Amino acid sequence: MTARQDVNPQQATSPPDDDRKARAGSALERVIEFAIKASGFSAILFVFAIFFFVFSTASEFIFEKMDFVEFLTSPEWYPTSLSNKRYGTLALLAGTVSVTGLAMIIAVPLGLGSALFISEFTSGSVKEGLKITIELLAAIPSVVWGFIGLAVMNPLIIEVFDAPIGLNVLNGGIILGLMSVPIIVSIGEDALKAVPDSFREASLALGATRWQTARKVLFPAARSGLLAAVLLGVGRAIGETMAVLMATGHAVQIPSSPLDSVRTLTATIAAELGETAAGSDHYQALFAVGVLLFLLTFGVNLAADLIVRGRSAR
Amino acid sequence: MTIIVPGKRRYLLCAGLIVLAACSSSNSDRTVLQNKGSDTLVNVAQAWAENYSRVKTDVAVVVSGGGSGTGIAALINGKVDIANASREMKPEEHESMKKNGLIAAVQHTVARDAIVVFVHKDNPAAQLSVQQLACVYGEGGKCSTWTDLGIEVPGCAKQEIIRISRQSNSGTYVFFRETVLGKTGDFKLGSRDMQGSKDVVDLVTHTPCAIGYSGMGYANEKLKSVCVSANDGGACVTPNAETAASGVYPIARGLYMYTIGEAEGAAKDYLDWILSPAGQAIVTQSGFIPVN
Repeated sequence: MTARQDVNPQQATSPPDDDRKARAGSALERVIEFAIKASGFSAILFVFAIFFFVFSTASEFIFEKMDFVEFLTSPEWYPTSLSNKRYGTLALLAGTVSVTGLAMIIAVPLGLGSALFISEFTSGSVKEGLKITIELLAAIPSVVWGFIGLAVMNPLIIEVFDAPIGLNVLNGGIILGLMSVPIIVSIGEDALKAVPDSFREASLALGATRWQTARKVLFPAARSGLLAAVLLGVGRAIGETMAVLMATGHAVQIPSSPLDSVRTLTATIAAELGETAAGSDHYQALFAVGVLLFLLTFGVNLAADLIVRGRSAR
Repeated sequence: MTIIVPGKRRYLLCAGLIVLAACSSSNSDRTVLQNKGSDTLVNVAQAWAENYSRVKTDVAVVVSGGGSGTGIAALINGKVDIANASREMKPEEHESMKKNGLIAAVQHTVARDAIVVFVHKDNPAAQLSVQQLACVYGEGGKCSTWTDLGIEVPGCAKQEIIRISRQSNSGTYVFFRETVLGKTGDFKLGSRDMQGSKDVVDLVTHTPCAIGYSGMGYANEKLKSVCVSANDGGACVTPNAETAASGVYPIARGLYMYTIGEAEGAAKDYLDWILSPAGQAIVTQSGFIPVN
């Protein structure tokens, strides 16, 4: 902003022969400025438009028909029952939380370890090769991940754990964990890279080993950046739909072990919305589930954002 | 679209207007039959309409879904010529026809639908009753292990019954709920709800503990179709085309088309064709059971 304000007075005082050119240039600049500003603000517009659409579709259900206590604390999801419709999302919420939780148990050590290795323990072509490969991992479509869950992981889990069925929390967690790793790696690596070299040099000069440096100096210094990386990974895992739809077994229940099948909030919306009469209670209830999901990911992203902000303010 | 366009130009105009579906309506000597109703029947109804358009080029059948109730309501309001239904008309629907000054609706059974219950091929279950199925699948049912049913399944850890079901938007799901769990029944939570019948069959084939259900078209020799009895201890009926067509098999239903009074003219020709071998072959292809 300050740079641009400096440019305009200069143009105004430029010699007469350059004047027209400069004015045309500044007009073009204004258009470009406006375009860039508009695209910057468009994100806000889209977020609010989407939230408004989801919330307004769900509002009639939320404010007039929904029993808040039932919606949040009952595991009974019976949207198509003829005798007794019930819209409890607890089991779906438990499904999302359990799969995401397991995914993070897998993805956080793997992602942060990988970020540390790429940032501190390797260089040159190995580093570049690893970074490109991890970015490729992020480019695999989620339906392909889901297919791997269905065709590869399912028989493997039955074989290894003697489970009755391989479509469960474990399967979905592993798949989602692997999907979250690239985000954690790339943001985590940036955070480690941002630690000034003087920190490393000082630590090494004091006789610390590279591992001691990483553990006692780099991780604390990059702490908030690494936490943001993890939370963005969580956001990715909560919002993922297709892979969990295929890998978790799609059963409405609160899991008691990683080998139980579950159903997530996202999978419920994906599976049921297409066949629901627009405007019906069921339709609106699915949008209410969407609002719940939105609040959940919004909370996670906001937390990530506040942490990053906390870091830059320091 | 009553503009008169001579000669070859018309085809060009038609090509241009095809998006607006103007061509069929400009063809005034063509009879249009409106056909609406059951989502269970919508695929087979569409296949009938498509094939019939080749048999009789001057009749166009317009098919839409929406559910049995929607179709019957449209028939009562005079919006359609033929209503599709996967259930019989209710007395109150007959009443409201009378109120609208219409003659009684006539029911034509055009196909039958049966649900086969599958278990893994190593499962020794010889027969299950509808009550036992309700105990396994129904909300409040206490049967959670194969031992509860007096069956021991080899290769099944803890003898836990893995219930495979369908997603709630499936017609098969609704039909199973109605016939097995009763009009007001609901499924027990925790069943694995599959997207399609093929997924159910695949999963049951590979899971010793599993039980699943699907339309009859999906049965194969890699899994075991259970013999079902209507009552505990009663004689069981093996699901096949004959037992389903005759109605002896307990989890079967008729699929109907309704007309106002006896079908006449184009509608009668269409229904006759549906019940002919050509029409009934489409029923078999769609995974239902032919009636003739």
